[in-house]
Amino acid sequence: MKRRLMIAAPVAAIASLVLPGIALGAQTPILETPEASINAMWVIVAACLVMFMQAGFLLLEVGFSRAKNAGAGVAKVLVNFSIASLCYWAVGFALAFGGLGEIAGTHGFFLNVGSSIEEAGSSIPFVETYSISPAAFMFFQFVFCAVSLEIVWGATLERIKFGAYVIYAIIFSAVLYPILSHWIFGGGWLQVNVGMQDFAGSTVVHLIGATGAFAALLLLGPRIGKYTKDGKPRAIPGHSMPLVGLGVLILWLGWFGFNPGSTLGAIGGRFAEVVVVTNLAAAAGVVAAVAIMWMKTKTIDIGMAGNGAIAGLVAITAPSGYVEYWAAPIIGAIAGVVVVYGVLAIEKLIDDPVGALSAHGLAGIWGTLSCGIFTSPRLADLNEVGDPGLWYSGSFHQLGAQALGVAVAFACVFVASYAIFFAIKKTIGLRVTAEEEDAGLDISEHGMYGYPEQFIPQPEYSTGAVYGNKPKAAPASSPATVTPMTSES
Amino acid sequence: MKKIEAYIRHEAFEPIRAELLDKGFPSLSIIEAKGSGRQKGIVERYRGSTLTVNVRPKIKLEVVVEDKDKDVVVEAILRHARTGEVGDGKIFVLPVEEAIRIRTGEDGQSVLQLHEESEIPT
Repeated sequence: MKRRLMIAAPVAAIASLVLPGIALGAQTPILETPEASINAMWVIVAACLVMFMQAGFLLLEVGFSRAKNAGAGVAKVLVNFSIASLCYWAVGFALAFGGLGEIAGTHGFFLNVGSSIEEAGSSIPFVETYSISPAAFMFFQFVFCAVSLEIVWGATLERIKFGAYVIYAIIFSAVLYPILSHWIFGGGWLQVNVGMQDFAGSTVVHLIGATGAFAALLLLGPRIGKYTKDGKPRAIPGHSMPLVGLGVLILWLGWFGFNPGSTLGAIGGRFAEVVVVTNLAAAAGVVAAVAIMWMKTKTIDIGMAGNGAIAGLVAITAPSGYVEYWAAPIIGAIAGVVVVYGVLAIEKLIDDPVGALSAHGLAGIWGTLSCGIFTSPRLADLNEVGDPGLWYSGSFHQLGAQALGVAVAFACVFVASYAIFFAIKKTIGLRVTAEEEDAGLDISEHGMYGYPEQFIPQPEYSTGAVYGNKPKAAPASSPATVTPMTSES
Repeated sequence: MKKIEAYIRHEAFEPIRAELLDKGFPSLSIIEAKGSGRQKGIVERYRGSTLTVNVRPKIKLEVVVEDKDKDVVVEAILRHARTGEVGDGKIFVLPVEEAIRIRTGEDGQSVLQLHEESEIPT
C-alpha cells in the first residue's frame, strides 16, 4: 500500500506540471511586435548572466573560507537559489511588480500569464511600459532577488547554522526583498513620490543584502580565533585565492547582465552604453583599492583587489543608467577607496570574512548617493525618474532624495532582518557549537568533507605498476604468509 | 641500527636523495613538517589584518641504516643541506631496536641490506 502511494505521488506531480503547459499551448502566447521579441531576447540573456553570478558568489565565498568549510558554501548557494526561485515566483513577484500601489503590488501570485503582454499588462504594468514579455521580466527580477539574498550570507561564513539560511531565505525572497524593490523599482512611493534614482539596485539589491548581513553579524558574533584576547583582529586567510579571483571575474561578467539588462530592452542600444559605464567603474575600483592598500601596507593585497572590483561594480549599479562615461571612473575609484577603509574599520569590530558590509553596503550607499551628484539631465529625462544631480543642477534636491531612500531602505531592512534573526537565535539557534565550528561545517553540518583527501587516507596506484613491472611474488624462504596486493600476479 | 632524522629545507631533499641512492641507500621517508627554531616566523598580511606564522615548513627526512653506515648518510645531509643561513635544520641520530620488512616478514640487519640490482626499479 505504502509502496503504491510512493509511485503515485511523483506521477501526480509530473501530470500537474504537464497539464497547464498544454493549456498554455492552446493560447498561442506570441509576442505582439518584433521589438517585444528583441527585448525579451536581451533581457533573458542578461538574466542568465545575472543567474551565473551565483557561481561567482559561490567561488568567492568558498575561496575566502578555510578548506574545512568549502563544501558548506556550495550547499548554501544551491539551496538558497532554489528556495528563492520558488518563493519569488509564488509570492515575491506579485508584491514587487503586480500593480502600482505605493506599498506593494497585489496581482500575479503564482504567476501564470505566459508571454502575452496584452494579457499581463493590466496586472503587471511594467510589461506594457517596456514592451517586454512578462516571463522574461519576472525571471530577470527574480535573479536580482537571488543575488541580494546571496549577499547576506557571505558575511556569515564558517559559523552560521544551515537552518538559518532556509528560514531567512523564505521570508527574504517572498516578502522583504519584493516590498523594498517595489518601493524603488516597481512604482512604489520611493520611486514615484520621492523620485529616488536606482537604476539596477545599488540600494535595492546590494545595500539590502548587506543590511541583512549586518543584522545577522550583530547577533552571530565573530568566528572563533578572529580576535586576540586584547581585541585585535587576526587574519583568518581563506584557502584559495584562485577561486576568489575566478569568483570576482564571474561576478564582473554577470554585472554586464545586471546593469545593462536593467534597460529592460535592447531597442535603441542604450544597454551598450551601460556596459561601458559599468566596466569603467569596476576597473577604477580595482586600481583605487590596490593603490590605497599599497600605500597603507606596502602589499598588493589580492583579496582587496577583488573587493575593489566588487565595490566599483556595486557603486555604479545605481547610477549606471543615469550618468555619462566620465563620471563612471570617479564613482568607481571612490568606491575602491571606500571599500578599503571600510574593510579596515569594520574588521576591528565585526568579523566579515568576505568584506560584504563594505563592498556591498558602503559602496552601495555611495553608489546610490552618487546619482544625486552625477545624474545628467539627458538621462534623468530618459528614465523619467528624479532630477539631474548636484554637478549639473547645483541643487541638493536629488542628493536629498537619494539619502532619504538609503535611510529608509537601511532602516526597514535592518529592523525586519534583526527581528527575523533574533527569532531564529531564540528558537532553533543561529550559530553552530564551538566543536562544530572547529571541526568545520563540511563535516558537522553536511556530513562530508569538501576536500576529503585531506582527511581520509587514499590508496596508491597498485604496487610496481607505475614502472610497468608486475609485483614480485614473495620469496619461498619467506617466514610469513603474504597475500599479494594485486590480483594480476 | 641507527635512525637518522633530519629536518631540512625542501630544496635540499632532492640532492640528498640522489646521493643516497647513488651510495646504495634507496630506502628513506620524508614527512612534510612545520617547526620553529632560530629562524623567525613570517608575517602574513591578509585584507588588512596580519597573521604571524611562527612555524616554518621543513622536510623531515628519515633513514634507518646499520651503525657503520651512519656517517655516510649524515655527511651527505650535511653536504647538501647546509647553506650557512639560519634555518638549515638539525640532524638527530637515534638507536633502533628492530627492523622488519613487511613484504617478507624477515627481520634484523638483512632488512637494511642493499637491494639486489634486479630489485631496484629503473
